[in-house]
Amino acid sequence: MSKNLRITNNQFIDKTTRISFKFDGKTLYGFKGDTLASALLANNIHLVGRSFKYHRPRGIMTCGSEEPNAIVQVGNDASMTEPNTRATEIELYEGLEASSQNCWPSVNFDIGAVNNFFSPLIPAAFYYKTFMWPARFWQLYEYFIRKSAGLGKSPTEPDKDIYDHRYLHCDVLVVGGGISGIIAAKTAAKNNLNTVLIDDKNNLGGTTLFQKNECFKINNSYSNEWLKKEIETLNSVENLTIKTRTTLAAYHSYNYLLARENLTDHLDLNEKKNKVRQRLWKIRAKKVIIATGAMERPLIFNNNDRPGIILSSSIKKYMDYYGVKCGQKISLFTNNDSAYETAITLSDSGVSVNSVVDIRDKTNSLIVKQAEKLGIKIHWKSTVVNTNGYKKINSIEIMKLSDDGAGVVGKKIKEECDCLGISGGWTPRVHLFTQSGGKLKFRDEDSVFLPYKSELDQISIGSCNGDFELDEVIKNSVNSTNKFLKVNNNDYQNLEIISSKEIDKKNIWLLPSDKPLGKTKPFLDFQNDSTAKDVKLALTEGFKSIEHVKRYTTTGMGTDQGKLSNMHALGIIAETAGVKMGELGTTTFRPPYTPLTFGAIVGRNVGEFFDITRKTPMHDWHVENKAEFENVGQWKRAWYYPIGSENMHEAVQRESKAARDSAGILDASTLGKIDIQGSDASEFLNRVYTNAWSKLEIGKCRYGLMLNEDGMVYDDGVTTRLSENHYLMTTTTGGAANVLSKLEDYLQTEWPELDVYLTSVTDHYGTVSICGPNSKKILSKVIPGLDLSDKEFPHMSFKNALIDYINCRVMRISFTGEHSYEINIQSSYAKSVWEKCFMAGKEFNITPYGTETMHLLRAEKGFIIAGQDTDGTMTPVDLQMDWIISKKKYDFIGKRSLYRSDTIREDRKQLVGLLTEDPKEILEEGAQIVAETNKQPIEMIGHVTSSYYSPNLNKSIALAVVKNGKKLKGQKMFVPMKDKTINVTITDTVFLDKENKRLNA
Amino acid sequence: MFLINCPYCGERDQSEFSAGGEAHIVRPKQPTELSDDQWAEYLFMRKNIKGVQFERWNHAHGCRKWFNMVRDTSNDKIHAVYKMGENPPIK
Repeated sequence: MSKNLRITNNQFIDKTTRISFKFDGKTLYGFKGDTLASALLANNIHLVGRSFKYHRPRGIMTCGSEEPNAIVQVGNDASMTEPNTRATEIELYEGLEASSQNCWPSVNFDIGAVNNFFSPLIPAAFYYKTFMWPARFWQLYEYFIRKSAGLGKSPTEPDKDIYDHRYLHCDVLVVGGGISGIIAAKTAAKNNLNTVLIDDKNNLGGTTLFQKNECFKINNSYSNEWLKKEIETLNSVENLTIKTRTTLAAYHSYNYLLARENLTDHLDLNEKKNKVRQRLWKIRAKKVIIATGAMERPLIFNNNDRPGIILSSSIKKYMDYYGVKCGQKISLFTNNDSAYETAITLSDSGVSVNSVVDIRDKTNSLIVKQAEKLGIKIHWKSTVVNTNGYKKINSIEIMKLSDDGAGVVGKKIKEECDCLGISGGWTPRVHLFTQSGGKLKFRDEDSVFLPYKSELDQISIGSCNGDFELDEVIKNSVNSTNKFLKVNNNDYQNLEIISSKEIDKKNIWLLPSDKPLGKTKPFLDFQNDSTAKDVKLALTEGFKSIEHVKRYTTTGMGTDQGKLSNMHALGIIAETAGVKMGELGTTTFRPPYTPLTFGAIVGRNVGEFFDITRKTPMHDWHVENKAEFENVGQWKRAWYYPIGSENMHEAVQRESKAARDSAGILDASTLGKIDIQGSDASEFLNRVYTNAWSKLEIGKCRYGLMLNEDGMVYDDGVTTRLSENHYLMTTTTGGAANVLSKLEDYLQTEWPELDVYLTSVTDHYGTVSICGPNSKKILSKVIPGLDLSDKEFPHMSFKNALIDYINCRVMRISFTGEHSYEINIQSSYAKSVWEKCFMAGKEFNITPYGTETMHLLRAEKGFIIAGQDTDGTMTPVDLQMDWIISKKKYDFIGKRSLYRSDTIREDRKQLVGLLTEDPKEILEEGAQIVAETNKQPIEMIGHVTSSYYSPNLNKSIALAVVKNGKKLKGQKMFVPMKDKTINVTITDTVFLDKENKRLNA
Repeated sequence: MFLINCPYCGERDQSEFSAGGEAHIVRPKQPTELSDDQWAEYLFMRKNIKGVQFERWNHAHGCRKWFNMVRDTSNDKIHAVYKMGENPPIK
């Protein structure tokens, strides 16, 4: 660029370190200390993006987190690119690559800009209204709308960066390192309170840091010099931790706060590697002091969105902090005193100020007088009615305001300029306060919402609490902090402060133009392109609630959450609807304050740390033997063991046949195991299971069904009586934790009188299950001394035994219907016992089988799986398991519910068996069942819950729940599928060995 | 996120706890003698008020003990925690 837009002397920019970066593919240069925004402005680049709806050219408007326009995509690596970042917050680093969003093919020539010419045809909610009908076309519309509505690109590959989470506990958290935050933090720390001060910028000081003006002095120094000395002393203050580049994202109840610290975003590309990029701090603070300051408001007038229109205070910051001139001929437009500070700064730095347009009649404050003394021209009681220039502002049109402020009068003056600074007053940043549940009040005098009531131990100080004058900021911050912390800090009591006072205040939410509103474009939400016209239209169309208007017009719904001009939307709504702003209220400010990366949210919980994986003691054996695994809760369970090129079906058929023909071996370690001890253990089981337990002999096992209090089946499993007062309960794999919690709940809250102790021992024992006609022979090889005769060791009993001098428990129980044993042994020995059984079984072709075969085998026997054949709506009666409900017991969990009017209905869905007409046809689990096919609408009377092809029966079998199913046995039904209808017959649930002969085979 | 003062362990983060619904609902001693309506009252009916509420909580990722809590649902202030079986310290 030919123009030199840098001023020579600047303390915040390191002019000795030049940094190269790319914007939209073009290499540019800035200095260390620049933000992307300041570096672009120094290169005279204002146009950085296109607006969302009309694709109007947009430029940098602010210098902070409220930026609505300068939203860029950073990085072009498929794993490291980040959309929607604010150029005003990106610290410049060597190698930075950024590009404009929402434009195609380029920001300078954007095809979507035709929308701007059609804008009269695109009112609020245009998309909702137009693309409603016909409904089936929506898929088509959506494709094109999404394509044209670009809000950046998501990375397509996993994020390579490292993110962190940490906890932080402190007595006092101070949010915001401006002048009030510094005073508060120092006061707290000096009084021995463990204090943390955070600020989102790379250094402390806020706006006072570069406030060098005769009108603002403390103890005879410029306010910035006084503050600089204060900051220098901070390093020596004990009990104080300072975190810069740290943004408070969320403020929850109980003073729980989330803050994101940027650790490497400002580093050069080659320095970033292998470092933690961002850290999310989870903060618990006893007390919170919010000192987040205020942000300047724009003004709402015709064509107020052109590149080159910048908040007046931001122009000042770009000049005083970054040493960058936003233009060479700058005009200012204001309703308050702060624009004069900018005018004076510009004038002092040799930038020509065309004029200040002020909507007020006249004012005589200290700072205005100073500006007048410098010869700055002021248009009193005037407004900007229009701006010109497509990709950059080149002139403004000024007219006098009428006495009531509702219209304009007199002659139009045209003023050439290359930048327009606007100031509509100040909005306290109350976002965090309201996030924490605080209630706001409205101050009519300068139209601001202020913190009012909070349930938490917190205060707001400084300009976020509505103090805008330097002397008030200091005085009130000191007093509030002392009172809040119950301390008496005198360090700031006798300061001599000079501060210009704003005397006259005037505000017009929507400034008038010489053209009717319909012909103007006064933008309210710059990112989402909603205008004052849209908001008024919404009100005309009957929207009253501010929350509805917001959603209808999308005002405040961009990535900036409308930080900049929500207040104007509220003001215009209140005015149009004729209500007071204080009564209208605000929309809800929701966390995060600025967008958080997903990386920061998930921290280290990615990849293998995403969730816990539980593995059984025999897991490695399964891996070595090529098992496929299935996830059951957090467990990895062997699913099937394919040999060679077998697919799942082939493997399961082979495994199932082997288990019934000779022997199978299953890893049952994942079943939940609860050790139950105490003198009331039997009574306890009586109360939690539907069947009776008192008479169960020591050494015997029993199957139990557990209900919820509503009578629905909750879990099932076999429980063994190990001794008089000692039981071992097994639960389903997935239900283990919940069953334990439920039992604990009853013990602690309903039956504290019972002497019962529960211990989860799931992980302590590994379980090897051997089944099949040869299982007895195999076990006798593994444990030679054990008497396995049916008399000594019958079905549903248990024995203590030794395997190589190690104690184990052997249960003769069966989930397959085969003669079967389960060996429970301390986990560390389980793998070797498994291998021992496998070796012993070799001569019988013992076949390892997984969960799929287990499910098939039990389905042949009609055994249910709680959670697969039940779904929280099945009673034991529905399952045709009436036999397990004790008639004698006075009470058990769920008993009373079994004869409620709803549970005794005959047409409840009940568990039945299904056989297909074609025995080769396998039903799909979840398929619906109907009684007739030609009725419309067709009535679904049930669905398939389990379905397999049984190699032992050579036919397809299924379990299903069907309305009134018990009475429908033998009836033909239909299972309509996408391409055919399958004929089925309702049968008994037991398909194989109804007499249970195999158990004792 | 609350900070809950477990009566057994002291102040802990809410993430260690699980909520268990309304407190002081006693399981009927003789359910079989209740009518459908009376049983349904116990089984299904729970208060959900704006204001001070008595709740059951479990220190699920801690001592696993159940206890009671008095919480104002309008501002999440916890007025008291007390052990199971104890009477509420406030009305």
